[in-house]
Amino acid sequence: MIAELGNFALILAFCLAISQGVLPLVGARTGNERLMATGRSLAVGQLVFLAFSYAALTWAFVASDFSVEYVARNSNLALPTQYKVTAVWGGHEGSLLLWVLLLAAWGVAVAVFSKALPRKMLARVMGVLGIVSTGFLAFTVLTSNPFNRLARVPADGVDLNPLLQDPGMIAHPPLLYMGYVGMSVVFAFAIAALLSGRLDAAWARWSRPWTTVAWCFLTLGVGVGSWWAYYELGWGGWWFWDPVENASFMPWLTATALLHSLAVTEKRGGFKVWTVMLAILTFALTILGAFIVRSGVITSVHSFAADPDRGVFLLSMLAATLLGSLALYAWRAPRVGLGGGFGWYSRESLLLGNNVLLVVACAAVFVGTLYPLALDALGLSKISVGPPYFDAVFMPLMMPMLFLVGVGPLIAWKQADPVETSKQLRWVFLVSILIGIAWPFAMGLWKPLTALGLGLAAWILLTAAVDTRNRMMRRRSQGVGSMLGALRPSFLGMHLAHAGLALVVVAISMVNSYEVERDVRLAPGDTATAGGYEFTMLGVGGVRGPNYDADQATIEVTRNGKPVATLTPQRRYYDSQSDMPMHQASLHRRPTRDLYVSLGERLSGDAWLVRLYYKPYMFWMWVGGLMMAFGGFLAAADRRYRLARERSTVVAEERPAATGRSAGQEVG
Amino acid sequence: MTKRQKRLTLVVGVLAGLVIATALILNAFRDSMVFFVTPSEVMAMTELPERKFRIGGLVESGSVVRADDSAKVSFRVTDTARSVVVTYDGILPDLFREGQGVVAEGWIDTEGTFHADKVLARHDEEYMPAEAQAAIERAGHPPGAGQEY
Amino acid sequence: MLRRIAFPLVGVLVILGLLYVGLGIDSRALPSPLVGKPAPAFQLESFYDPEEIVTEADFIGEVALVNVWASWCSSCRSEKPYLMELARQGVTIHGFNYRDTRADARRYLSAEMNPYDKIAFDPNGEAGMEWGVYATPETYVLDAGGTIRYKHIGPLTPRIIREEVLPLIEKLEAENR
Repeated sequence: MIAELGNFALILAFCLAISQGVLPLVGARTGNERLMATGRSLAVGQLVFLAFSYAALTWAFVASDFSVEYVARNSNLALPTQYKVTAVWGGHEGSLLLWVLLLAAWGVAVAVFSKALPRKMLARVMGVLGIVSTGFLAFTVLTSNPFNRLARVPADGVDLNPLLQDPGMIAHPPLLYMGYVGMSVVFAFAIAALLSGRLDAAWARWSRPWTTVAWCFLTLGVGVGSWWAYYELGWGGWWFWDPVENASFMPWLTATALLHSLAVTEKRGGFKVWTVMLAILTFALTILGAFIVRSGVITSVHSFAADPDRGVFLLSMLAATLLGSLALYAWRAPRVGLGGGFGWYSRESLLLGNNVLLVVACAAVFVGTLYPLALDALGLSKISVGPPYFDAVFMPLMMPMLFLVGVGPLIAWKQADPVETSKQLRWVFLVSILIGIAWPFAMGLWKPLTALGLGLAAWILLTAAVDTRNRMMRRRSQGVGSMLGALRPSFLGMHLAHAGLALVVVAISMVNSYEVERDVRLAPGDTATAGGYEFTMLGVGGVRGPNYDADQATIEVTRNGKPVATLTPQRRYYDSQSDMPMHQASLHRRPTRDLYVSLGERLSGDAWLVRLYYKPYMFWMWVGGLMMAFGGFLAAADRRYRLARERSTVVAEERPAATGRSAGQEVG
Repeated sequence: MTKRQKRLTLVVGVLAGLVIATALILNAFRDSMVFFVTPSEVMAMTELPERKFRIGGLVESGSVVRADDSAKVSFRVTDTARSVVVTYDGILPDLFREGQGVVAEGWIDTEGTFHADKVLARHDEEYMPAEAQAAIERAGHPPGAGQEY
Repeated sequence: MLRRIAFPLVGVLVILGLLYVGLGIDSRALPSPLVGKPAPAFQLESFYDPEEIVTEADFIGEVALVNVWASWCSSCRSEKPYLMELARQGVTIHGFNYRDTRADARRYLSAEMNPYDKIAFDPNGEAGMEWGVYATPETYVLDAGGTIRYKHIGPLTPRIIREEVLPLIEKLEAENR
């Protein structure tokens, strides 16, 4: 009964979404205030019904109602309760329900926080969100209803895939979907602006905080996914250039470009067309991501079971998005102005460079992901392009971008002086080179690419420090309070995010160059060394978990004979699928290195296969990722985005060096 | 700068980016494209390929042999017509199993032994790697043959 | 106006086209040379009772599904609910228990979740060779005369059952009447 109510609520939400996709837009077209105002209440209604629907599905899981097919396939009686709750998004149908729920939540957030938006603009945004919502809800109701009943009720369910029974998996999909869905809001703003024919600084300022928050969630989602792969899925790998990973990485790249392009549009009124294109592209890439994961067109580590019907539906959505946006652009673009001019060497030009690099990187990932598919589809040949391709393309693109990350924030809008910059930064430049040269030596082996990576990371961190210092020193005469006051959240957020990127770069450089990986055969008493640590197998014993049996090895780690840690990797046999053992790695984490041990299969006698890893600076990757996301949240929280006070605060934000029109004037 | 110049800047910047990117992508493709070959095709080779390639098929039942004193393992990969001996040093993927699909990436020596530095099996509930499937299809079960109701 | 978007439009259309073609690749369509031929002969112990012998003759007589399964095969587990549903609808399903042990397989087939009528126990994959089993699960449709009329490799999905298996069974049963 509860499941039927959930289904009913889902269908009601679908009807509300259709109305939301029509009424506010008609209102904005005809100038009917009452129709325009419906967007807000329809969004709230949608959220209420979807929340109810979601709660109903959760209830079906917690109560183990196996008459619901989706529950029977993704849960069983022995599943611990916390995983029953998270199993709701463990499969295709439920994760889609979470997706539409989050979409509705974003819609309500827009309705609540955008009271200061012009009514027509808000109506258009809500209308476009309604259309997006209609698309995904139609997809859910028509092809992937999670409430379908089984004619014959099984006594027990199949189980949640053991890979998904993990804390990392609890957080990964919701965070990623928050990011994906947030990009729908950005898309809605872009389409609304195109519809109104007003692609201006005001539009950029309205959509900027939404973009930033969505980007933060996307960053967290990708980061947590990588972390999950690192210790649960991947035997110690943290990024595989797997099509599904790429599906989340491509929108991240364009969203990052969009963040920076929006800055130009907001502050200088430039790049408008480019910005709106990026917003559309990012949204299209999130749908492409859903297509890749859910259609079965690309087989991958964690794609959902294949179903071409779903693929056709998602492909239609993608086609509608892209073709509709292009048509709208062709119709409206002539009214879009070009924006303020800028010099060859200016913050705009550097941001343009950053944008081109990011979009090209995205294109490279796109090609690498879909080219093998295209060849296969045309019946030409079966090939694969693995990590070597992506490494070879990515490295040369990211190096100049990292350099620009260091310079960009320090130079003026419109026109800057290269000589002045080089004077200001020559010591930082030298110190960065020195760090780049010296640090690899300290690791014991000098490699040019590592040196470049580390030098660039140092460059980003040092330039950020210089910029922060400069900003504070300008107010030296006004006391410490004023000096700290100069560090606005948006400024700090930017540098925090950049510093996070630098940490990630350090981690990648270090791990790629100095990681030690060994697969060894260990019997009790045997010792193997990796990265200067000795790993001694003490023995393997049995352990019983809530719904699995495990073999657990006890491995003592020493360094030069001194004890460091005792690690206990497991090989788990879940009751539901004892044929498919799962590995639970055991880690010893220190700021400058992870020790990582996985238990493989049993060999003859009491010897086991064991994988040992020494992973230098791995920790910096996760800290860096968190810093990027936190920096974004900080920037989005900046007071100047609160529309009620926009005029008084925006002008103060302008840098003294920028002589162009202030953003405040552009609003008018 | 005038609008015209600005436009030019944009166009030149984007074009330069595209050219560099295309060059990079093509270059990287040339170097890292891994072709897929079936066991029958491997056995029919007259000269050894210099590059790494992939073979796919089924792990032949009863062919998995583990070394006693190391992590080395060898097994045969078959497309139901011919089979190739594959050796690998390391931990095999979770779903590696006799009789199930597998894909190995590596190089082949003059003895006809394939040295894998990567072994892939399906990670999820899915059935068989697409490449393994293709190998069996190519080995004498052409699509469309003999299927009727 | 169109000229402005001509270039992106072409790109978009090409990509959409490729994705659409990509959808059509059914990597699971693997026809068997056995389709259209009589069910191959075999002689194995019954899974339920080691004393009893099961041969191909036991599978023949009415339109039936023959499903090759094993307890270690996770894909089999995923298709099992659909087999249950088919059995409930009155379809006769026989099975080969492939390269398995009785103890494991019994646990897999808890009493209320057994869709199979007769099961041949094939721990060494002998009959599997005859029947051209690549891997588990595989499903054959036999007509009443014992001719293999259809083979599906990999787990059955509701779509395949709805669109291929059930129509075929209905057709064969109609022929039989």
